[in-house]
Amino acid sequence: MESIQIFFDTIVTRQDLIVERAIEHLYLSFLAIAIAVLISVPLGIYISRKRKMAEFYIGITAVFQTIPSLALFGFLVPILGIGTLTALVALIIYALLPILRNTYTGIIEVDEGIIEAGEGMGMTPRQILLKIQLPLSLPFMMAGIRTATVLTVGVVTLATFVGAGGLGDVIWRGLQSWNNSLVLAGAIPVALMALFFDFVLKLLEKRVTPKGIKS
Amino acid sequence: MITFNNVTKTFEDGTVAVDDISFTVKKGNLVTLIGPSGCGKTTTMKMINKLISITSGTISINGNDISEQESVELRRNIGYVIQRIGLLPHMTIEENVSLVPKLKGWKKADYQKKVDELLDMVGLDPQVYKNRYPLELSGGQQQRIGVIRALAGEPPIILMDEPFSALDPISRQQLQDELKLLQKSINKTIVFVTHDMDEALKIADEIVVMKGGSIQQIATPTELIQNPINEFVRSFIGEDRAKRVTKKREELHASTIMEPLVPEQVTGDVPNLSYHSSLQDVARVMLTKETETIIINGEDGKPIGVISHQRLLQELAGIRAGGAQGGIHSNLF
Repeated sequence: MESIQIFFDTIVTRQDLIVERAIEHLYLSFLAIAIAVLISVPLGIYISRKRKMAEFYIGITAVFQTIPSLALFGFLVPILGIGTLTALVALIIYALLPILRNTYTGIIEVDEGIIEAGEGMGMTPRQILLKIQLPLSLPFMMAGIRTATVLTVGVVTLATFVGAGGLGDVIWRGLQSWNNSLVLAGAIPVALMALFFDFVLKLLEKRVTPKGIKS
Repeated sequence: MITFNNVTKTFEDGTVAVDDISFTVKKGNLVTLIGPSGCGKTTTMKMINKLISITSGTISINGNDISEQESVELRRNIGYVIQRIGLLPHMTIEENVSLVPKLKGWKKADYQKKVDELLDMVGLDPQVYKNRYPLELSGGQQQRIGVIRALAGEPPIILMDEPFSALDPISRQQLQDELKLLQKSINKTIVFVTHDMDEALKIADEIVVMKGGSIQQIATPTELIQNPINEFVRSFIGEDRAKRVTKKREELHASTIMEPLVPEQVTGDVPNLSYHSSLQDVARVMLTKETETIIINGEDGKPIGVISHQRLLQELAGIRAGGAQGGIHSNLF
């Protein structure tokens, strides 16, 4: 009972810090995902048309993904220095793979019979992309964005090590001062954020699934 | 009219898929391209709407070389039905059928009317099916939509690539019957690729038998059965089939010889008969009612075609419209 009391006291006394860092955390996550989407979606569409190169591009992003996240932040410091920019670059690199791969897979998985019918009816390549390939691959893309978002919200906790703030700051302070309540006060909001985005994006994914292919 | 002039297709890997073929598909005819897999039948068909480019030679439609036409524009005026059906799963039946009319810039009221009309034609109630999605339909129903989608833009030519081969035998039979009736009543030029000889014999006005990229024989179903030009064609038809089909021909009925309906002919008191009536019945009614023409009704009782005195006599005398081919049917009557 007592520890719960201490935990709530910590939240009340440190609420300014927690709220400020939570906003930073959200900001970093959003910006990283938005930029990753802007890079990955067009790239995914592009490589779906040049399938020979596709594995190469996906391979590069897969290699990025294998770098341990802490090490990735470390690598970037000598190049970009300390600060928000470094954190953003690392986060974007990390979010590329799920979005790129899902966009690419979503497009190439569209039944060739449908594409052939479209071509045969006299649709232009642009019309085939906009009216057939994109609507049918949208649920895949959204699934990729969801995976990337949940991942990013977690990884942002490491931004503290390059001085970019976020809830990682709260956790790190707690760890340094042996204050478990403070660690939890940073970690729980991160977990809640991840769950919340997972839920919301899953709803969105269902919404964008074309009516005719919902099972 | 579609004319192939010394058309050859060599793929990038050096395979000669189609080797110097020349033939003509007459307007209003249903021509099947048939042969074993790899014989070049599908390649031949896909060169007509430029899904596959020609290596040498020319294909012209009504005298216009297709290489001088814009592919997208050309395709909008050629219906296309494929084995995999290829309905757009995220669009309703109405949206699927109205795709080409929309691409061609029709007015909303016009294409909506067309959709209803076409759904009625294949026996699917527009009020029930219009707003459904393709995956809610059975395979046979889906391919009916595939066929009417190809008709929606009112193209004079329709290409069909093994459209019924993935369907169950009952749906396949039904769709073959419907297609045959349809083609007689709406007068389209149809190029139909198949590997099924029964199907070809049943629906075709003319059959083009292919092997290894070249044409073996071009003939009407009856001619093909009776005078296969070489051993390959003979074995491709098969002895059993030759016998069976000759027998079938004796049971010609009204729908096999009817011609497209011309509205002026329907005026006045013209007797009606079902598409399933025998030619004998047609002749009998013609004599007893002292009429020159008879309207033929489809399954739903609506008129779908017409048989004239002239046409009936020609058929019975074994003369095909457009030229004497005496002797072909002579042993049948």
